[in-house]
Amino acid sequence: MKALHNMLDSIRPHFEEGGKLSRFWVVYDSLETFAFTPGHTTKNGVQIRDGVDLKRTMFLVIVALIPALLFGTWNQGHQYMLSIGEVSVADPLMMAFFDKMLIGAIKVLPLVVVSYGVGLGIEFLFAGMRGHSINEGYLVSGMLIPLIMPVDVPLWMLALAVAFAVIIAKEVFGGTGMNILNVALTARAFLFFAYPKQLSGEIWIHEVATSKAGGLLVDGYTGATALGQLASTVGKAPTEPAVMGVMDMFAADGMFSLTNSFFGLIPGSVGETSALAILIGAALLIWTGIGSWKVMSSFLVGGLAMGAIFNAMGLNAYMTIPAIHQVVMGGFMFGMVFMATDPVSAAQTERGKWVYGFFGGFLSIMIRVFNPAYPEGVMMAILFMNVMAPLIDHYVIQANVSKREKRMQLSLSQRATA
Amino acid sequence: MLVLGWKLAIDAEIYKKVVLASVPRPNFAPRKVNLSVLMSRKIRIKKGADIRLKGRPATTVDAAASTATYAVQPPNYHGVTPKLEVKEGAAVQTGSPLFHSKETPAMKFLSPTSGTVKSIVRGEKRRILAVVVESDGKSEAVALAKIDVASASSDAIREAMLSHGMFPFVGQRPFADVATPTDAPRSIHVSGFDSSPLAPDMEIVLKGRMDSFQAGILALSALVGGDAIHLGTRPGQAAYAGLDKVEITEFEGPHPAGNVGVQIHHTLPVNKGEIVWTMHAEDVANLGETLTSGKYTAKRTVAATGSEHPAPRYYQTHIGCELASLTNGIQGDSVRVISGNPLTGTHAASDGYLGGLDHQITLLPEGNDPKFLLTAGWLSPGLDKFSLSKSYPTWLLPKSKEFVMDTNTGGEERAFVVTGQYEPVFPFDIYPVQLIKSIMANDIDAMEKLGIYEVAPEDFALCEYACTSKIDVQDIVRDGLDNLKKELG
Repeated sequence: MKALHNMLDSIRPHFEEGGKLSRFWVVYDSLETFAFTPGHTTKNGVQIRDGVDLKRTMFLVIVALIPALLFGTWNQGHQYMLSIGEVSVADPLMMAFFDKMLIGAIKVLPLVVVSYGVGLGIEFLFAGMRGHSINEGYLVSGMLIPLIMPVDVPLWMLALAVAFAVIIAKEVFGGTGMNILNVALTARAFLFFAYPKQLSGEIWIHEVATSKAGGLLVDGYTGATALGQLASTVGKAPTEPAVMGVMDMFAADGMFSLTNSFFGLIPGSVGETSALAILIGAALLIWTGIGSWKVMSSFLVGGLAMGAIFNAMGLNAYMTIPAIHQVVMGGFMFGMVFMATDPVSAAQTERGKWVYGFFGGFLSIMIRVFNPAYPEGVMMAILFMNVMAPLIDHYVIQANVSKREKRMQLSLSQRATA
Repeated sequence: MLVLGWKLAIDAEIYKKVVLASVPRPNFAPRKVNLSVLMSRKIRIKKGADIRLKGRPATTVDAAASTATYAVQPPNYHGVTPKLEVKEGAAVQTGSPLFHSKETPAMKFLSPTSGTVKSIVRGEKRRILAVVVESDGKSEAVALAKIDVASASSDAIREAMLSHGMFPFVGQRPFADVATPTDAPRSIHVSGFDSSPLAPDMEIVLKGRMDSFQAGILALSALVGGDAIHLGTRPGQAAYAGLDKVEITEFEGPHPAGNVGVQIHHTLPVNKGEIVWTMHAEDVANLGETLTSGKYTAKRTVAATGSEHPAPRYYQTHIGCELASLTNGIQGDSVRVISGNPLTGTHAASDGYLGGLDHQITLLPEGNDPKFLLTAGWLSPGLDKFSLSKSYPTWLLPKSKEFVMDTNTGGEERAFVVTGQYEPVFPFDIYPVQLIKSIMANDIDAMEKLGIYEVAPEDFALCEYACTSKIDVQDIVRDGLDNLKKELG
């Protein structure tokens, strides 16, 4: 590796101040520090430092996303094959494995490429303008964004959403570590409000729309997500045939059964469908201590609590979905493991994390059931809690501050009486 | 309804004022509680971490070779502006004043050896970095006044500590610098053990010096009106049994349980407006010996440690000795010589001198070579890397495994991103990240509220070690304390 380093060293002068390519210093610097952890040594303060840095931390999050990415890719192909009748629900899942992966990859890979291309491009631009080195934050955001998109989202729309999120949600606040809202969720929220038709829950399977037109679609296959289906029941009596038809899909042998929802064999955003794949990622994040187990567990408890309250109320068909079924559907699990735990936009205090997580989960289920216009409540709930996080922290810290003040008063009065 | 409510409220007011005031009530005013009875004598510190470095000292104690020169280094004594009392070439004896504090002219800094002043080393803006004395090997000492520590008054001891060169070893909370002699400390705290990585064992350091230690304790006790000195020890440390005028609190748990600031926080926390003094246990023994013998004592039993030290062990020497006498000939660019421990020590030149407040030296490999991402960099498996983060698999190894660590920063500085990293290694009821951010914003009011009065930079050393974003936490805390002191005037 000496040779590679010598090569980097030899081209270095071109990028330095006064060199021909000095405006591309950021590019050179980021590539060099990517390949080689620099030989910087400690100065004042501690003489030794932990080996972990932001690159390794972010990389481990990406590793944790790989199960969801791979499963999502396969599932997009699987859903497509189902919708055109190429395979049936009764077939072994491994049937036409490579075809499914290929179809999925053809749709998913461009999303990943566009997300990274646009996002990192903007990052380089801002780093160059500000004269600092590239932060690693976007490495994770860039992978999260494709995973929470409907697979047929037009690439220009994705690019626009990424640009909006990186510039408005992150760079205007000062870059990585300074943002208030989760960057990936901001991208999705942008699309949700700017292009509601495209995210309405109808285009979640690759080419369903065109298949419909061509009359290729298997009978009764609408391609809507579980939450899209359920949202259509709100405001209708549970006894209406349409509602009962939807509820049948959630029965043990239905398309959105608890088993199918848990393993993720249902239509949905690329990475969100399989609770199992997400939980594998969660295990890695908790094992390495990178994702906060406090946020994850309280988020889950919050979601189950709201689900249980709805079960007890049972006012409409949607509310009767068991709490455990609620939390394995839609983006709940993905939001819990990869979005709510974003350390920058979550609560920063350990006590605050419990509150933050609980209400995140609680509101996710509440929004999804109460407001059929937002079939996916997790995005709204987490963004809302991102905004609330500083307030939660404020009260946690204030409790500590007033404890200290009381101690001082006590000590003063003790000295006065002594 | 409203009227009734209003009437009730008025009635309650009248009841409170007229009826309650006339009834004699028990006195609930907080009284001074006898802490020695109420307080649990054993405190378990749960937060913290022991960094398991290679190169622990063997228990053998050798006399270090006497060195040709000794140096007293003013920057070691934070908050002191030195005013020279000698010129280059002046003849001095052990105990001759070399300089004094501009803020407190009575506070003398004495020569640890006899000989001639060889050089005054200056840095930027002519700041004095060191006064170097060439030893003549005769160890002639100035005869200082002897003090009967058991009967002397507080003022007599205070004056003697200033003139006998012992006061610079007294630290204070808040501000974590050299104490102000005119202050009246609420209490004095001494840590009886050092928990930092590769730290010296205080029982070896104080071996045979317990009489001096006791004398020092008595002297300090006089400064707080005869109150006991708070001594933090490990559970069941026999060396400290039977001491007079000490109140022992036992501390279990990982580093920084041995930091005196942590011990103060868990026994009698510092409130705004209170001042607490601290002293290192070895300096307490030096204080006792100086006052009772009338001869300036600047002894150090130094733990010479680190993976690069050929034979880690203890050396008996004196403050300001040449580091070369402790490093067994190790030098060069590939080894870093640290005066102090790896978390709070200073990077010294291999021909440098032992710091005035240091009791340990550490030799570590320099990490100034770039590390390729797959073999030793951020993507490496890192089977030999000690980490508090669990992102390296070494946390699965048995706790007895020791690691070689170099001085590489292991990455570049970034903004705060990862949370929950400082809290597990910071055993204070204080929010470390929020306090640091208030310091970065120079918000004095917020710093006060968040508890800056209780902390020293060294208490944040593990936070700085663990920081993924490589933030210079100790420097920030030091700045905050200095700004606070300036602000308070």
